[in-house]
Amino acid sequence: MSHWRHLQQLEAESIHIMREVVAECQRPVLLYSIGKDSSVLLRLAQKAFYPGPVPFPLLHIDTGYKFREMIEFRDRYTAELGLKLIVHTNHAALEEGANPFAWGTQRCCGALKTTSLLDGLREGGFDAAMGGARRDEERSRAKERVFSFRDTRGQWDPRNQRPELWNIFNTRIHPGESLRVFPLSNWTELDIWQYIYAEKIPIVPLYFAKPRPMLVRGDSLLPVEQPFVRRLPGEQPQMIMCRMRSLGCSPCTGAIRSEADTLPKIIEELISVRRSERQNRVIDHDQDGSMEIKKQEGYF
Amino acid sequence: MAAVASPVESTFDEFLELESKKDLLRFTTAGSVDDGKSTLIGRLLYDSRSVYDDQLESVTKASAGRNAGAIDFSLLTDGLRAEREQGITIDVAYRYFATPKRKFIIADTPGHEQYTRNMVTGASTAELAIVLVDARKGVLEQSRRHAYIAGLLGIEQLVVAINKMDLVGYDEAVFRRIETDFRKILTRFPAVESYFVPVSALIGDNIVTRSQNMPWFQGKSLLEHLETVPVGGRMRAAAFRFPVQRVVRPSHDFRGYAGTIVSGSVRPGDPVIIWPSGRETTIARIVTFDGDLESAEAGKSVTLTLTDEIDLSRGDFIVSRDHAPQKTHAIEATLVWLNEKPSEAGKRYRLKHAARQDWATLKHVNRRISVKTLEEEAGHSLELNAIGEVTIETARAFVFDNYTQNRATGSFILIDPATNATVAAGMITGAAESSAIEPLAGISWKLENGALILASEQGFTASEKSAEPLQVEDPEALEALRHLLRRLQIRPFGADTSESDWEI
Repeated sequence: MSHWRHLQQLEAESIHIMREVVAECQRPVLLYSIGKDSSVLLRLAQKAFYPGPVPFPLLHIDTGYKFREMIEFRDRYTAELGLKLIVHTNHAALEEGANPFAWGTQRCCGALKTTSLLDGLREGGFDAAMGGARRDEERSRAKERVFSFRDTRGQWDPRNQRPELWNIFNTRIHPGESLRVFPLSNWTELDIWQYIYAEKIPIVPLYFAKPRPMLVRGDSLLPVEQPFVRRLPGEQPQMIMCRMRSLGCSPCTGAIRSEADTLPKIIEELISVRRSERQNRVIDHDQDGSMEIKKQEGYF
Repeated sequence: MAAVASPVESTFDEFLELESKKDLLRFTTAGSVDDGKSTLIGRLLYDSRSVYDDQLESVTKASAGRNAGAIDFSLLTDGLRAEREQGITIDVAYRYFATPKRKFIIADTPGHEQYTRNMVTGASTAELAIVLVDARKGVLEQSRRHAYIAGLLGIEQLVVAINKMDLVGYDEAVFRRIETDFRKILTRFPAVESYFVPVSALIGDNIVTRSQNMPWFQGKSLLEHLETVPVGGRMRAAAFRFPVQRVVRPSHDFRGYAGTIVSGSVRPGDPVIIWPSGRETTIARIVTFDGDLESAEAGKSVTLTLTDEIDLSRGDFIVSRDHAPQKTHAIEATLVWLNEKPSEAGKRYRLKHAARQDWATLKHVNRRISVKTLEEEAGHSLELNAIGEVTIETARAFVFDNYTQNRATGSFILIDPATNATVAAGMITGAAESSAIEPLAGISWKLENGALILASEQGFTASEKSAEPLQVEDPEALEALRHLLRRLQIRPFGADTSESDWEI
């Protein structure tokens, strides 16, 4: 990676942030979502603490509806790197029948992601949770701090964020309060893919195009992993050459038609396709400014 | 996503070659509410093809509700819902775009008077600032303030974009008059390089391409200037500074110091000094996950090892031997107050500087600077958005450079220990005069039966009786004496020298 000047700069800044978390926080954890950004975070963590081990565990909030390929990748890759993985699931909500069709996306996300995350953090006693969110993903994230303060209920108050100057981070909190830390704040989607390419970082195969069974509804491609995904009368899955641009729960993540089965092709597609990354995520569009509302409630 | 060369046209390798040479420019924007700043940024994002179709759709939809015309570029950058409703930006937002030459990070900050805090925040990480001036209004009080803050925060490059030229008939005389007025302000900041460009953000004149409407202007468009202006040289050219973030000891045979080189460069074999201890040693290795490096320069996060076994801890500095930083217990600094709760003289705050946190006492506000007139004004405390020159005493020896020499080792924040809020941003201007004293090594004091005994360490340990007690009974005189001893850095007998947060 010797000549990727902007990536070197972003890498160095992210490493600085992670080291600052470990130096100043009591019990940090890395929120591992299995996606491409999480893969980049893991590589950065390896680099930040080399030649020592990564000094914090990973926490995965498993909704129970993640793609099978994601879970396989998670278990294999984290074991390979010798990292400690904690998986937390809101089993109570699942037993009550939580799914996006029965409960609606807002209530389902609230129970399986937000509540589950807050419970997972509390159970582990974690005071700093690092995540892979980027400011270029969504408008309300453009104003997120690198070190984002959360009150004792884990909630984000956009009016009460600490000013962040230079790269001097204020990590001080009272007992019960916590920090969310975003080492990839200044990376763009293209930076992430270029870094994965330059660094040869393993990612979930779902990002690469191959023929997959999909329900085709207009422009949307719906994966059919979960039995509760409702089909229209007479509707049958078709084998479509496609890939996932971002990974979430299978019922709420649409695929895009694509021939991109290698990293160069993905990068090429990224430059020519003019659709923003979260657009295939149903949940961001359920109300105007919806990400902002989820964040206030404690969603990552 | 951005206006990068299409890999369809060139080969993928050529494309990567081009991408891999790009560097990163961080800039900030300042302008008053109606200067058209959001429109300018929206226009830069839109014209550099950094806006996705669905994002454009969502703001076109929203524009309809606010009865604006076709595309309201300002809506691309207004993030939070409450702000969208009020139609003003009230916090720092970060935007990203790229051209075939560079990647850009914009710290988009509001220009309204009460939001000095945000402008300072945005400028703190920026190498370049764009100040917008409305061509119809000319240089206003705000313009002066924006230039002042850019200068104060050590911005290397200033761009003055004179906007809304379409509304003054693209008149060259208007542009020249504003340029002349603005240059008068800039005489205060000789270190700032400036570039003046006449634009219309709404129409797109001189934003990306040179305007046909202003043939009299021969300079580069705003984007051309942003793509080519040299930045970042100052920190690479400055003396080597390495704040130790963490001590890395994975096994008995490895002891390294992790951190980011904030200025200068380093090679194995370089002679260095550890501060504040003053121990001399040599760099052994520059260790990274990708292998040892032969050299590393400012901006790189690495792990250094030294040829000698020296006791180093987080917050210490490894620096070049030629250019020593300053070391003191009291500093002079310019503070920008960021919190609703005003400053209190005599109050103790947590001071975070590089990788170090310390107790620090805000001694005095020596001078307040009005952000309106930029003149000195009355007052001995600082309230939200106020700027002042202060004296701060730190509990432990404090190692620094002046902010004008080094942005990383010359900057700090103050944290209120009760609320943990970041209350102030500080830029160090020098050591406070009264503190430029080396500690009197080996001399200490203790109180015994109301008598203050001042003696050498040997004097205490050998025979205390031999020391002549100094009898001070007047409490005020005693207090003055204690103050004096503290100033002279004479410690109480037996005080731990590493934790010098002692109170007399």
